[in-house]
Amino acid sequence: MVESFVFAVAAVVIVAGAVGVLVNRNPVHAALSLVATLFGVAVLFVALEANFLAAVQVIVYAGAIVVLFLFVIMLLGVDQSEDLDVEPLIGQRPAAIAIGVVLIIGLTGVVLTSSLTGAPAAHEWVRDGAEVAQIGRLLFTDYVFALEITSLLLLVAVVGAVTLARTIRGETVDLDEPVPVLPGDPVDLIDEDVE
Amino acid sequence: MSVASLLAAADTVPAPDVEWSALSPFLVVVVGACLLLPIAGLLPRRTRVAWSALFTIAVALGAIGASAWVWHDLSRVGPTERTTVAGAYAVDKFSLFLIVVICVGVILATLLTEGYLRREDLPGAEAYLLYLASASGAIIMVTAADLIVLFIGLEVLSIAAYVLAGLHRRRLRSGEAALKYFVLGGFSSAFFLYGVALIYGATGTTNLVGIAEYLATHRLLDEGLLLAGIGLLIVGFAFKVGGVPFHVWTPDVYQGSPSPVVAFMASVVKAAAFAGMLRVVVVALSTHRLDWQPILYAIAVLSMIVGAVLAVVQSDVKRMLAYSSINHAGFMLAAVSTGADEGIAAVLFYLAAYTVLIGGTFGIVTLFGRRGDGHHDIDDYRGLARREPFLALALTIFLLAQAGTPLTAGFLAKFYVIQAVVDAGSWWLGLVAMLAATISAFLYLRIVLTMYAGVTDADVEVAEPTAEPVRRIHVPLGAKVAIAAALVLTIAIGVVPDPLTHASRTARPELVAPGD
Repeated sequence: MVESFVFAVAAVVIVAGAVGVLVNRNPVHAALSLVATLFGVAVLFVALEANFLAAVQVIVYAGAIVVLFLFVIMLLGVDQSEDLDVEPLIGQRPAAIAIGVVLIIGLTGVVLTSSLTGAPAAHEWVRDGAEVAQIGRLLFTDYVFALEITSLLLLVAVVGAVTLARTIRGETVDLDEPVPVLPGDPVDLIDEDVE
Repeated sequence: MSVASLLAAADTVPAPDVEWSALSPFLVVVVGACLLLPIAGLLPRRTRVAWSALFTIAVALGAIGASAWVWHDLSRVGPTERTTVAGAYAVDKFSLFLIVVICVGVILATLLTEGYLRREDLPGAEAYLLYLASASGAIIMVTAADLIVLFIGLEVLSIAAYVLAGLHRRRLRSGEAALKYFVLGGFSSAFFLYGVALIYGATGTTNLVGIAEYLATHRLLDEGLLLAGIGLLIVGFAFKVGGVPFHVWTPDVYQGSPSPVVAFMASVVKAAAFAGMLRVVVVALSTHRLDWQPILYAIAVLSMIVGAVLAVVQSDVKRMLAYSSINHAGFMLAAVSTGADEGIAAVLFYLAAYTVLIGGTFGIVTLFGRRGDGHHDIDDYRGLARREPFLALALTIFLLAQAGTPLTAGFLAKFYVIQAVVDAGSWWLGLVAMLAATISAFLYLRIVLTMYAGVTDADVEVAEPTAEPVRRIHVPLGAKVAIAAALVLTIAIGVVPDPLTHASRTARPELVAPGD
């Protein structure tokens, strides 16, 4: 009874937050709606007695990541809003909405009507703080390769961010116009001393 | 729990066995990427010798050598196939074959990029670093025996590829390509991850061996989660290989990205995505072949037809080649959809041949693009055969090979696919494939004819001494080496296909439980 009540409240908060991210035109409001969603997920983790995950969810996602979002939005300025009313391809948006609705209905139907099958987890169900030890144990045994290559992922992300964020030197080569010859163009000239 | 008791417990955690020698191809690439970071940072901005590129090529060659060594080791001592690091990393000839393909793709792209960066006056080493990082993600994907590992590999591969698409910072189209690729790729990753979650919900494990064993020994009363998961996984893979209807990013990204990067994306990213698809869908989910086969049939047929037809009507050569890559993906998907060993061998042969072909093709397209990478309209290729006879001849050979002309690598690639499809009993798919091959041949011939025809006007102009000297395209050494190597390989695979055929037939993806 209590469980389903908690679930219902958390679910409403999550879905409302997600919808808020989509419909808010102000990016700051959208980021704050995201906090609501992430917080609702944390509540669900608590309801499942996964306290460690709930704490991580709040600290890392609702705390660090959204704060970072807000920093970026504030630094870039909130009034830079894109004009979203122009439709580049006629009929694209209704089609996207229709297909999206079909996908949502399909996936919701599958998740609602199906039941979890599958082999039970090999590790016994633990509570009361031992879950941290269990997660740690799994990370360094069964999932150690996944854990280690996550560092590679972070390295790639850092290199990529630096590459894209560097200041550009030189002039912009324009959109479609090919550049005939620029100074320093390394082309071999035939008959250079024709004149 | 106090610190002391935690430390005491640390000794009781059994560390999984790590077979370092079997990991060596992967480790060479990762360590190479990590070493390139300080090396490139210490070098001056411009050097006469392209040390970063040479180092990247050395790393890729080292990984090829390590793969050859492990391959030899696999045949010599048993067990022939195994997994290591707690069943996350599969050591089999399938993964080794594809690691070699990936490294060849890296080498070709690096050779082309060197001249490109100098021509466009772009700062150096990040491109090579991202190639190596992306290749290590691709290696993770081809060796992954666990869906989580596969997903992380996919992300490593993709994030590096997004940045590579935007490498030409001063070209707006390059940035546009990177943004489109990133946003759509993020969507497809989300689909893939949702699929992983649903499959975990249905089978209780993310390990491919565990999934296959569970599905082989249990009959699910309620297959909804599993089927939805399979569908979402296929969406994720089809996006990466550019199968219709998940192809819409391909033309824009191929057109906007720097041309050498396109060679990399078309070869390495496709190889990794097909490897994941083969190992997960065809091998681990083989019990549900009747469920995923129709989806793959549909994607394959659509990709072949749509890719070929839309390629013909384009006016930009890079967009044409993008649609032709969709057409090629359709061929490979047709082979995947057979779910048979011949199909897998056909995909591997196709990937190897395609990597060489696309490396050569985009090598020449890079040169024809000139400074600014903008001369890619079909009209810019008019009469190039007279001014650049060797490059035009080489491009002709590559394009004819892509069309599937006998005595080139492309012919056998297409032949094996059709053979596998017909052997699997779906002769209608073979008919569609042949039809698509015919349509796409028109596209390649159109580029070739444009290069060789249309000389008349230009001839007259040049016959008179013009004030402007004829500008020849400067071919950097790296591009020369890459194009020559690709040419030799294209012809060699076409004339003497046996070694590659044999290797692709031996390289079968295996699922082996850890600790055996």
